[in-house]
Amino acid sequence: MSSIKVRAQAAGESTTVKCLISHPMETGQRKDSKTGKMIPAHFIQEVNAEHNGNNVLTALWGPAISKNPYLSFKFSGAKAGDTLKISWTDNEGNTDSVETKVS
Amino acid sequence: MKRRTLLKGTLAAGTVGMAVAAGLVAPRAVLAAWPKEAFEADSISAAMKGIAGSDQAADGEIEIKAPDIAENGAVVPVTVSTGISGVESISILAAENGNPLTSSYMLGANTDPFVSTRIKMGKTSDVIAMVKANGKLYSSRKEVKVTIGGCGG
Repeated sequence: MSSIKVRAQAAGESTTVKCLISHPMETGQRKDSKTGKMIPAHFIQEVNAEHNGNNVLTALWGPAISKNPYLSFKFSGAKAGDTLKISWTDNEGNTDSVETKVS
Repeated sequence: MKRRTLLKGTLAAGTVGMAVAAGLVAPRAVLAAWPKEAFEADSISAAMKGIAGSDQAADGEIEIKAPDIAENGAVVPVTVSTGISGVESISILAAENGNPLTSSYMLGANTDPFVSTRIKMGKTSDVIAMVKANGKLYSSRKEVKVTIGGCGG
């Protein structure tokens, strides 16, 4: 199952995209309460959104984005049935992507 | 002569190896675009310089939608929108966080100057939205009172 849940809804000219990503977003400043050791930083650094292959948004994130991040944005020029691709990369090099249709 | 051939061979193999390595390293190179210095900056001014090249921002018509009081600093919803035209990027900073820069968004040509996300805030402070439009910087701020900090355990 993808780590990304996304919904893109066109209303007239504008398309609203809402996505929810499952990710711990560890800051690297937290201690494990059991072992007393620091939990290493693990967070998404970059999120990309492409509409029919064109980049519409690049988000650069630091560890101060909340756990299981939420991102919403709007763009124009899309119609129902168009493809929207969301992908992310974290500081450990992990990556995931999902494609959805604009509705 | 033989030695030269050998040397050439080794060099060629070396080049191929480098190319392969470069290919493998490519995703890392993309990551290198992540502005580490801006995100690790411990002052607002340094963070702004790191992400936008300057810490001089004019007051702008930027709307920041965030709660007046956030019960949980680990999840503070923030929405930034503006009527300024030609917006290239939007950055969101939390003034009192150890590293103020939380995130930065590069907008495409058809993308509305609007982003919404959830950030962590260590304590009560201003949320600063910084907008880059036509090469100029604009900023606006809104105070959010945090009852439980979001950067501890």
